[in-house]
Amino acid sequence: MIRFRIVKRQPLSGWAKVAIPIGAIVVTLMLSAIPILFAGGHLWKSYFYLFYGALGTRYNLLETFVKASPLVLTGLAVAFAFRAKFWNIGAEGQLLAGALTATVLGVHLSAIPPALVLPTIIIAGFLAGGIWASIPALLKTKLKVDDVVSTLLLNYVMIHIMGALLFGPLQQPGSSWPRSSAIIEAACYPILLIRSRFHLGILISFLAVWIIWFINKKTIFGYQSKAVGINIRAAHFGGINTTSVILWTALISGGLAGLAGVGELCALQYRLIMDISPGYGYSGIVIAMLGNLHPVGVLFSSLFFSVIIVGAQTMSRMTGVPTYIAEVIQGMALMVMLIFLLFTEYKIRVMRR
Amino acid sequence: MANKDQPIVRMSSITKRFLDITANKNVSFDLYSGEICALLGENGAGKTTLMNILFGYYTRDEGAIFIKGEKADLSAPKDAISRGVGMIHQHFALVPSQTVLENIIVGMDCGKGIFLDLKSARQEVLALQKRFGLEIDPAAKVWTLSMGEQQKVEILKALYRDVDILIMDEPTAVLAPAETADLFHTLRSLVGEGRSIVLISHKLNEVMEISDRIVVLRNGQVVAERKTAETSTRELANLMVGRELLENIEKNELPAGEPVLEIKGLNALNDKNLPVLKNLDLIVRQNEIVGMAGISGNGQRELSEVLFGMRSPADGCIEISGKPLKSGSPTAAIKADMGRIPEDRIDTGLLMDLSVEENLILETHSSADFQKYGLLKSQRIQRFSEELIEKYRIMTAGRDAVTKSLSGGNLQKVMLARELARKPALIIASQPTRGLDVGAMAYIHQRLLQERERGAGILLISEDLDEIFALSDRIIVIFEGQIMGQASVATASREQIGLWMSGVKA
Repeated sequence: MIRFRIVKRQPLSGWAKVAIPIGAIVVTLMLSAIPILFAGGHLWKSYFYLFYGALGTRYNLLETFVKASPLVLTGLAVAFAFRAKFWNIGAEGQLLAGALTATVLGVHLSAIPPALVLPTIIIAGFLAGGIWASIPALLKTKLKVDDVVSTLLLNYVMIHIMGALLFGPLQQPGSSWPRSSAIIEAACYPILLIRSRFHLGILISFLAVWIIWFINKKTIFGYQSKAVGINIRAAHFGGINTTSVILWTALISGGLAGLAGVGELCALQYRLIMDISPGYGYSGIVIAMLGNLHPVGVLFSSLFFSVIIVGAQTMSRMTGVPTYIAEVIQGMALMVMLIFLLFTEYKIRVMRR
Repeated sequence: MANKDQPIVRMSSITKRFLDITANKNVSFDLYSGEICALLGENGAGKTTLMNILFGYYTRDEGAIFIKGEKADLSAPKDAISRGVGMIHQHFALVPSQTVLENIIVGMDCGKGIFLDLKSARQEVLALQKRFGLEIDPAAKVWTLSMGEQQKVEILKALYRDVDILIMDEPTAVLAPAETADLFHTLRSLVGEGRSIVLISHKLNEVMEISDRIVVLRNGQVVAERKTAETSTRELANLMVGRELLENIEKNELPAGEPVLEIKGLNALNDKNLPVLKNLDLIVRQNEIVGMAGISGNGQRELSEVLFGMRSPADGCIEISGKPLKSGSPTAAIKADMGRIPEDRIDTGLLMDLSVEENLILETHSSADFQKYGLLKSQRIQRFSEELIEKYRIMTAGRDAVTKSLSGGNLQKVMLARELARKPALIIASQPTRGLDVGAMAYIHQRLLQERERGAGILLISEDLDEIFALSDRIIVIFEGQIMGQASVATASREQIGLWMSGVKA
């Protein structure tokens, strides 16, 4: 008789941390064959158009970066919070807080010099996301309210705030749709490459990767938030102000998500609509896990996701496989990654008797 | 069936590797029925690994196991249990919110169909209790029990599963002296009925007291086997550490200086909000080690937590070097120049998933030495941690090695290095050598004495009377949150201290 048993394994070495996400992606792509075939697609053609659609032409390649930008920011937001064991499931709401703030300022901020408009919006959008995230952080540190629940529920609160404003004071005069007026030109992110949508926000998100890496690696705050994430009691014992570390972590995490909202608004939509985010905040959770909570990992897993999302459009057009396949692949990527992470701590042993 | 001369357990040429470490190297071990065999060795000698293999918790890489004459391939504890082998680990596997009876029958088929037959299980458990003197109320919730009582539940659990080969890993580590005597009594009655016991230990005295035979492990190999009656503590100590080990503690006469710690009228509550420290007064002076003896659970933990800033006192005042200590703030305790060695170094003292270096700078990382404008000075930190690793002879793969890869003794050295690097005026050392092997223990004692010479005042909270007597200048005894009595080490007698510890005022 052959039996299988899951047993603990020794800690893996450094290379495994890189190999595991790559292996997870490869396995995900292999498993994607099942839904593709199920949808009646031609397998190799589908894979070809998936990648060609994302990377094959200049425009498509740049579109992939456009799509990656909000994913990088929400992925960083979640990864930074999770590292300190602040379970921020609320990047979606924080993103909307940033977009909402950018809208209010972007529509009305015509009184100040045009050069100052965008910096003001970026800072305000960061703060809006950060403050929205610090509400559950305060509830956690002061009242021991579970952060998973409170961050998640605040997403819905923010969606409804946004809806109320879009049907009320923010609604474009004369419009019957829930949408705001367009923002002024000074509030738009500049396009950096002609004949594309490659905008300033993409650079901001790449810069954010470096800044978070720098904070984690080089600053006392990064050291403290890691310590708090590992063992909050021992961190407290060692003289770290754990309350302040959690609050600042939440502020930065929410701020990053807020920036994602600013980018979507000021670079792509130019006006607030209910569908400003197709769930970037939630994708951020998957991306953070896939990236092993490391900023560089987040960058690469965001790029992987945007390749899938952008490429699925072309694949769908050329082979008739529906674009929903992109979401199926994203979901599978998370499952595969979680299973792979399980095997970093456990292994299966086959036994014969 | 095995006869009397055949070993009931035979482990032959067992080898077990973990990545780059060989935990057991070609180890052969026999156990005979009706004996208590002690497995003696320092931390990391491979005792627990070997027994975990017999218990099916680990699988061997090489070698063979025979239980009751039959070859046994154990791939899980249940395989071992079905052959009559049970093991009680250092950390008990009990469900605190359930009753004693529920904990005993967990995982067993007991009852009719889908219904539990608690009544007859209860009868059986009571019968076992009577037979072996393991009295506990089967209806009591486990969280209300002392460590000694929880251990009884574990033993009952094993007996209920018809275990006749019982492995106990450091069973006395969590027990008060009276509970240890109880345990030994139980063990004797178990072997009296023909059961066999393996006792994992590094305590020489208890091994000499309870065992019939002693197998000494060192660095994963068997180095000696002795009949207990034919050996001595001294010989065993040498075998265990592989060198002539004499913990010769020499203490210079030093006049005590100014008070560094003054506690007046301290009251505190425990986690269940019951008074645990009652109007406690205490003074520790420079160049003085005050040993606080007492059976665990009499307020020592809470006292150290109050001093460390991890627990707010209900009332009273604490002064360090003449200045009042802000309560409930670990930062204030660090700033007040207190060196803090908590009893649970794994949960409170150290961050096991950080590197050794990151643990060494925990309390000082935000000082001007190690940071500027919020940026860590990595070179300074590297030099600092490498110096400490060398000075304290911390055995680690490097300053970057993850702390949980270190052995118990080296963890405590990291703890000590971090705390003593600040040259504290006052040191609170809570159970500083609990669970450590003889070598690490001697090292820590030496370091504490050096700190005393340097001028620090030390409060040594310990359940180990040998340690208290060897190091202290003054001994105080805590009982139910109050000081029962105190004496200078020159005039104190063990008998008197023992009486105070059990609450007898004389």
